[in-house]
Amino acid sequence: MERNLFLGDEAIAQAAIDAGLSGVYAYPGTPSTEITEYIQSSPTAKERGIHSKWSVNEKTAMETALGMSYAGKRTLCCMKHVGMNVAADCFMNAAMSGIYGGMIIITADDPSMHSSQNEQDNRVYGNFAMIPMLEPSNQQEAYDMVYDGFELSEKLGYPILLRITTRMAHSRSGVVRRPVKEQNLMRFPEDGRQRFVLLPALARKRLKVLLEAQPVFTKESETSGYNTYYDAPDKDLGIIATGIAFNYLSENYPDGFEHPVLKISQYPLPRKQLEKLTDECKEILVLEEGFPVVEEQLKGFLGKGIIVHGRLDGTLQRDGELTPDIVGKALGKEIAGYYAIPEVVEQRPPALCNGCGHRDVYEALNEVLKEYANAKVFSDIGCYTLGALPPFRAIDTCIDMGASVTMAKGAADAGLFPSVSVIGDSTFTHSGMTGLLDCVNEKTTITIIISDNETTAMTGGQDSAGTGRLEAICEGIGVEPEHIRVMVPLKKNYEEMKQIIREEIEYKGVSVLIPRRECIQTLTRKKKAIKK
Amino acid sequence: MKADIILSGVGGQGILSIAAVIGEAALNEGLYMKQAEVHGMSQRGGDVQSNLRLSDKPISSDLIPKGQADLIISLEPMESLRYLPYLKKEGWVVTNSRPFINIPNYPAMEDVNAELEKLPQKVVLDVEAIAKEAGSVRAANIVMLGAAAPFLGIDYAKIEEGVRRIFERKGEDIVNMNIKALRAGYEVAQHLQ
Repeated sequence: MERNLFLGDEAIAQAAIDAGLSGVYAYPGTPSTEITEYIQSSPTAKERGIHSKWSVNEKTAMETALGMSYAGKRTLCCMKHVGMNVAADCFMNAAMSGIYGGMIIITADDPSMHSSQNEQDNRVYGNFAMIPMLEPSNQQEAYDMVYDGFELSEKLGYPILLRITTRMAHSRSGVVRRPVKEQNLMRFPEDGRQRFVLLPALARKRLKVLLEAQPVFTKESETSGYNTYYDAPDKDLGIIATGIAFNYLSENYPDGFEHPVLKISQYPLPRKQLEKLTDECKEILVLEEGFPVVEEQLKGFLGKGIIVHGRLDGTLQRDGELTPDIVGKALGKEIAGYYAIPEVVEQRPPALCNGCGHRDVYEALNEVLKEYANAKVFSDIGCYTLGALPPFRAIDTCIDMGASVTMAKGAADAGLFPSVSVIGDSTFTHSGMTGLLDCVNEKTTITIIISDNETTAMTGGQDSAGTGRLEAICEGIGVEPEHIRVMVPLKKNYEEMKQIIREEIEYKGVSVLIPRRECIQTLTRKKKAIKK
Repeated sequence: MKADIILSGVGGQGILSIAAVIGEAALNEGLYMKQAEVHGMSQRGGDVQSNLRLSDKPISSDLIPKGQADLIISLEPMESLRYLPYLKKEGWVVTNSRPFINIPNYPAMEDVNAELEKLPQKVVLDVEAIAKEAGSVRAANIVMLGAAAPFLGIDYAKIEEGVRRIFERKGEDIVNMNIKALRAGYEVAQHLQ
């Protein structure tokens, strides 16, 4: 059988195409980006007319996906973990309405924060919405779960949340594909108005339906091939390993398990197998990548009854991703390391590229802000967040997508002057525009810098939703045209840039500055492509 | 057969191309493989690494446990030292000698070299110089792959085939340049051992 070398993300994408996908909806975010990129570059996806253009943000992505599902087709919606916070309104209510065409929502969590602001575990969202969840332990399982997941979703009538973490998303392995299926035809649910109009009276009924479905979901988990019980002689301890934690456990027992093991890759928790494990074993160790989600459920609030070890009692560290070494240590194994990191080795943090326009923006901005005693710079999520590091040390905050505009407004309301926002073009259209309307409505004295590199740079140069239209968008929201100032961030323009920044800081109202120069990475790639 | 390899360097140096070639060759050998890599923010001039595991039996973990790597292949000398806790006692370090200096506090080269000197099994070579000599300036990473080829447990011919497959989309000239680079690295490393 032919094995294809796929990243976890690519396995998910190929499985969706093979299972008759009609559309993927997503906003780029590490480590989820490659799922959508793979579909965008797939010839089969093109032939079949599968929708794969980027959405403006995760909320619009999920709502569009739900619309496609409502029309009977199979759809995929992908995001990084924090993207789920943006999409959560739709997510929670899609669990109330249910779906029609199969719908799989992929959350790519980033424990240890390789490229994120927090390490939230989105299995919590799955429990919150009370829908079935899948958590693959390897790339083949990721493929199979997506391939079969659409059918599961259609059978149960609910969206499926599939959770991966960085090491699954960005690790390659051999994957065997299955036959390509036809896409669903457009069709609509007969009871659509009873399900999709969430008026209170109807929503109350839908909640009862969702609650009644819970035992059905549990039964699915108990009979799922992804949840496996491995018996072993030493029953002093029973081990629960979820998702890729199962691999780290297996790595520590190359010749077979010593203790009974329950591998969990489908939720809600399989009650029957859990009862068997807790009945047979004296104590339980829970290995899970992320938050102590399973551990807390087993322990209950007071932690009486079953003895459970895991992240809550310190057997495993409370934060950070798992590794085979961390799991080995929790199992009492010696960790064999022979060499230490020599002292001469220094940290090498990421930095803005040489020639990047954000550099010039910060150089000029820093110069001007020296002239004020109390300036604060509220920034946002993107490459320009690296302006926090030396030599710039130019920003004071970075919280969530779009927060630069609204936090700067709040601080200005509190009396701060100058209150400056630095946001990228893609982040602005993702979540900055709505906050700008708040500023315009109150004529807040605020200076918003949209550092426009005409791409979504940090995730690798995806299309940016507002390219070529930022001035028009700002004007449409109501910013006065004379206070929308465009400049080219280059060393030779520093004096002009500084002058514009000064003038607009002094303006008692909303100013939007747009330093515009293409991302040096996308520009280099384009030049190479032209050469060929 | 089992080979646990750590690839290291600085974002943009091309360790993922090395990983792709080895992966292609391993799959053609009928081996199991897992390869974990880093994307996203850390790619912007920061340190990058990839865990590459090959075996004739199924592989459990995507990450290599400490003290188990057979080989560290590094495109940058200081970066080769960062992952030493993962190296086996008798493991090999194959590294570029030329530093990539993009931080103000890069250590003195004699200190870096002294640390490399302490390792029992290593190959240290200037891959940029070898690439230049071979007329393949842009294929320094593939020179490094050539130098590391004897330690992979895969036939040289299979690795050459891997290079061909990975680069064939980019045209015959690019394929030939990379195969020359591979050969140059392989030959220099043979003399250094």
